[in-house]
Amino acid sequence: MSMFNLFRRRGSGPVARDRLEILLAHERAAVRSQSDLLAILREQLLEVVAKHVMVEHDNVVVRMDRGATVSILEIDIEIPTPARTAMPVGKRDTSAAMVHSRLAQSTPQRVQGVA
Amino acid sequence: MNKVLVITSGKGGVGKTTTTAALGAALALAGKKVAVVDFDVGLRNLDLVMGAERRVVFDLINVVQGIAKLSQALIRDKRIETLWLLPASQTRDKDALTEAGVAHVIKELRSKFDWVICDSPAGIERGATLAMRFADAAVIVTNPEVSSVRDSDRIIGLLDSKTELAERGQRVEKHILITRYDAQRAARGEMLNIEDVLEILSIPLLGIIPESQEVLRASNIGSPVTVSSATSAPGRAYLHAARRLCGEDLPMTILSDRKGLFDRLFGRRAA
Repeated sequence: MSMFNLFRRRGSGPVARDRLEILLAHERAAVRSQSDLLAILREQLLEVVAKHVMVEHDNVVVRMDRGATVSILEIDIEIPTPARTAMPVGKRDTSAAMVHSRLAQSTPQRVQGVA
Repeated sequence: MNKVLVITSGKGGVGKTTTTAALGAALALAGKKVAVVDFDVGLRNLDLVMGAERRVVFDLINVVQGIAKLSQALIRDKRIETLWLLPASQTRDKDALTEAGVAHVIKELRSKFDWVICDSPAGIERGATLAMRFADAAVIVTNPEVSSVRDSDRIIGLLDSKTELAERGQRVEKHILITRYDAQRAARGEMLNIEDVLEILSIPLLGIIPESQEVLRASNIGSPVTVSSATSAPGRAYLHAARRLCGEDLPMTILSDRKGLFDRLFGRRAA
């Protein structure tokens, strides 16, 4: 170990460790329960919405952020307002309703060592 | 012109994913609209190397099966606006990747992006052959080492026979990228030298990426090396390679981060 190493920036190893720990906690939980809770929620929420309104695939934005202590599932659904019959062409009401659901789930216990 | 590029090698661990991320980011930094696509079904890693692993919602197989639209599955890079990632599926089985399905996804990607970069899995199985199937160009990632060169030769054979272009009697544009090159070991004659590798494979050279701790650091922090350390030797080498991909003619140099004893002792003052 050279004295010059003292002046080098802090290693990236700990960052790698933290990222892997979070990722593996989620992946192992998904393997254990055969499925990913956020994925199930996502599918069922979309099914429920589809039962009531015609939703274009393109108008659904799903975002996820799998965190260390909490994960977030965000679903944005743009629902077109039914066209009013009397509305003249060109002046059609294009405003849309938005269903925005934001769910948070606490992350499974961090994995310590190999199960 | 929109281009589909496959990053392939046959052998595992030579740097395909690192190269996909680095070249993808380099092209996007140059203002191109780029999609990087992970074909390693069941063992995806491009998301991790790009630092997007927490944000994966849908994947390539979801799009192939029609469960999700391409626009829903693409993840936008947080650092570069014109860079997008299509992750591979982590759980589902490989047979879900059909040729017709992949053809459809590639066609849609090609219409929306300047560059579609397919990160091939190792080996010559389905995932690897589908990753190269619709390519216009290929980067064959090779380490200066006998088994890697042999596997590259095998892959070159597949690019010349099993791709859609080859079947139509045309040629996939092929480039060799030498990675993990250690100039000191090469000088001591401990590595295959670059001329030998190129002579054996007879494919033009796209670049020489030196062995460097910056590559490991980049994957540790989840950032392409061309973004996290653009001025390091591998960063510059990848940036040059990306410019050559766009048709620029740059002199080929072996870049190095390694300092001699004199530099180490006196640092920049000696320069």
